Amino acid sequence: MNGTEAATVPCAQMAEIARDLFAQGGRMQMVYAWHPEPEVTELLYFASPPEGGRFLLWRCRPEGNPPSLARIWPSLGWYEREIMDLFGLAFANHPEPNRLVLSEDIPPPFNGSAPARASRMADIPRPLPAIEAPEVQTLPFGPVRADVLESAEFTFFYIGEQIIHYHPHLFFKHRGMEARFAGLTPRLGTVWAERVSGVGSVAHALAYCQAIEAASSCQVPRRARALRVLLAELERVYNHLHYLGHLANTTTLKVGEAQGKLLEERAKQINARLTGSRFLRGLLAPGGLRCDLAPGGWLSPALEELRAETARYVDLLERSDSHLDRLITTGVLLRRVALDQGATGPVQRASGIDRDLRRDHPYAAYADLPLVVPVRSEGDAYARSAIRAAEIDAAIAMMQRVLLLLEDGPVRADCTPAPGAEGLGWAESPRGTLFYAVHVGADGRLARVKIKSPSYSNWRVFPFTVHETNMMDYAINEASFGLTIAGCAR
Amino acid sequence: MALWTFFGLTEGKATTPWPRRGEADGQADVLGMPRFAPEHCQEGCAVCAEICPTGAIAPRTEAPGGIAVDYGRCVVCQLCTEACPTGALSPSHDWAFGVRRREDLVWLETPAPEAEPAAGQRAFRRSLHIRHVDAGSCNGCESELQALNNPFYNLHRLGIFFTPSPRFADLLLVTGPVTHAMLGPLRATWEAMAEPRWVMAVGTCAVSGGIAGGGYACGNGLDGVLPVDLYLPGCPPNPAAIIAALLTFQGRLPQRVLGGRHAE
Repeated sequence: MNGTEAATVPCAQMAEIARDLFAQGGRMQMVYAWHPEPEVTELLYFASPPEGGRFLLWRCRPEGNPPSLARIWPSLGWYEREIMDLFGLAFANHPEPNRLVLSEDIPPPFNGSAPARASRMADIPRPLPAIEAPEVQTLPFGPVRADVLESAEFTFFYIGEQIIHYHPHLFFKHRGMEARFAGLTPRLGTVWAERVSGVGSVAHALAYCQAIEAASSCQVPRRARALRVLLAELERVYNHLHYLGHLANTTTLKVGEAQGKLLEERAKQINARLTGSRFLRGLLAPGGLRCDLAPGGWLSPALEELRAETARYVDLLERSDSHLDRLITTGVLLRRVALDQGATGPVQRASGIDRDLRRDHPYAAYADLPLVVPVRSEGDAYARSAIRAAEIDAAIAMMQRVLLLLEDGPVRADCTPAPGAEGLGWAESPRGTLFYAVHVGADGRLARVKIKSPSYSNWRVFPFTVHETNMMDYAINEASFGLTIAGCAR
Repeated sequence: MALWTFFGLTEGKATTPWPRRGEADGQADVLGMPRFAPEHCQEGCAVCAEICPTGAIAPRTEAPGGIAVDYGRCVVCQLCTEACPTGALSPSHDWAFGVRRREDLVWLETPAPEAEPAAGQRAFRRSLHIRHVDAGSCNGCESELQALNNPFYNLHRLGIFFTPSPRFADLLLVTGPVTHAMLGPLRATWEAMAEPRWVMAVGTCAVSGGIAGGGYACGNGLDGVLPVDLYLPGCPPNPAAIIAALLTFQGRLPQRVLGGRHAE
């Protein structure tokens, strides 16, 4: 696969490879399955190398049940369970061999045996631990929750204010998006990628387009690469502002909430003025941009004003004891847990893990730009919010640099992948590491698209910061993680 | 806290006077549904229908221009406006697409007159309580619904509120294509509402399934699931479009779109 260092191995060897990778300091990112030919299943394991360089890929064709790697890399546990649900392929010795995405009465859809039904009521899998102590109470919350929120159900086992155990059920919203890409032309696939996670439209479309570009081995023109940075950083800014405002809501700092949401609105209006879309949709295309963007003279002062207002806002938050008291030491994610369970984005950088795809595996024009990657070590809700605040400042500084250095030139190259081509694309979304792996079929259309979204990773991590904490801190902790459910459930 | 009180006072009012006064709806540059002018269509040309990702544009020989346009399926990707050689489909700022009848989203040469609000809807002109259910959206619609209560739009000032409990809700506002797993909770929410109760489909997914409809996990929006009283396509509809649609529902604003045509 283009964009990776690939090897084909027997599945039985994967456990050894996984242990070696761990010992060397690399990091498993994902595993997924596809059918290279009818009736043939192939597994693809992706990893970050210990030092920079290309991503590592191992491919294997299982005979019988392949060994589970979840005991070596806990972060792979969900990926293996998803393969079980979607492909009917079970992993041997899986520590949690329960359904994750689809309930048991739904046959594996990627096996071609499940006909599409117009409207069918389905339940979701709810594997829960058996807790029988009489004083422990159970609180199922959702999937329809208070306020305007995405659908998910959370089960709390608790005594008084103390949460004993917490279990999220996140796949009510599973739309089967990966399957929806099959049969699309590579050009049309961008429309779907932009709609996997609405507030990650740019990151998803960018990772997707870069995967197609890797499969086509084509070069994106310089101007388009610079403008892609502009779009990706605009997305980061409005997302981070949203979470700062939302966090102030959970600590009942009402004016702080209003100001954060107002700044988010200003950022979205800047997006619309520049691109016609508040979510920056409709611009990215394989090979560059669908049309040129002309960032007028208004953009730089508008960004500077937003930066100055945000700095003032963050300063006020920093002087609000009632706000800080609720954040500091809340929802602590230990570095070890963040590594084992696969935390990503601002969440991992708040727990002392200094990783950022923009710097470690540069794409678009990031290699030519001064990049500040804020890292903190506390791992609490305060650290996560401080990372976001620092990233807003860094993103706006980077956009000013892009505007200053922007050169004229074409914004699109021809990128048509050959039949059978494969490519890996990635982006550091506002929430973290995002991968798209694409396989082009013999007809030149998409055969399989795999999406590794950052919220899938961080939702896996999140419960570890909830068990044995206080009910009153839950909403604050959840807001500080900045998770989407659409990205996780796909 | 004195700090924030002082800050709030010095900042002044952030809320737009729209829709009561002025035009400052905050969407001056937002692209809406492509405008269709079949008189510009070339004989036998259907490039728009070929590129349209959701079948909102389909070839139909007897229709004007040889194509049929259903805005209820449009995801505002603008691909047709780029592909069209003559400007028969052109970019526009037409986003106030909230309609009472599904057929008003289908382009027609001679639109039918506006439907009257159903009996009782006008009684909620001064106070409307909404229960939102996400039935599998991409979170784009939620992002814009959450924006309604930011200081710029400040939905409360119009007497429209989101409520946590379906028991207190007059209107069920649904986003997403209705995944199989959300069908049960969605129906349960509707059943928990006291009558009179109404349903609004927000976003192209809820109207017709959008890009996610069908497949092994999704339905095709609300039709056939719940009785829909107001349709608002858009991907996602912007906050001003949602406000305009809610006011149309209450009978406070006329419906802007009839027969797929947006009033000037």
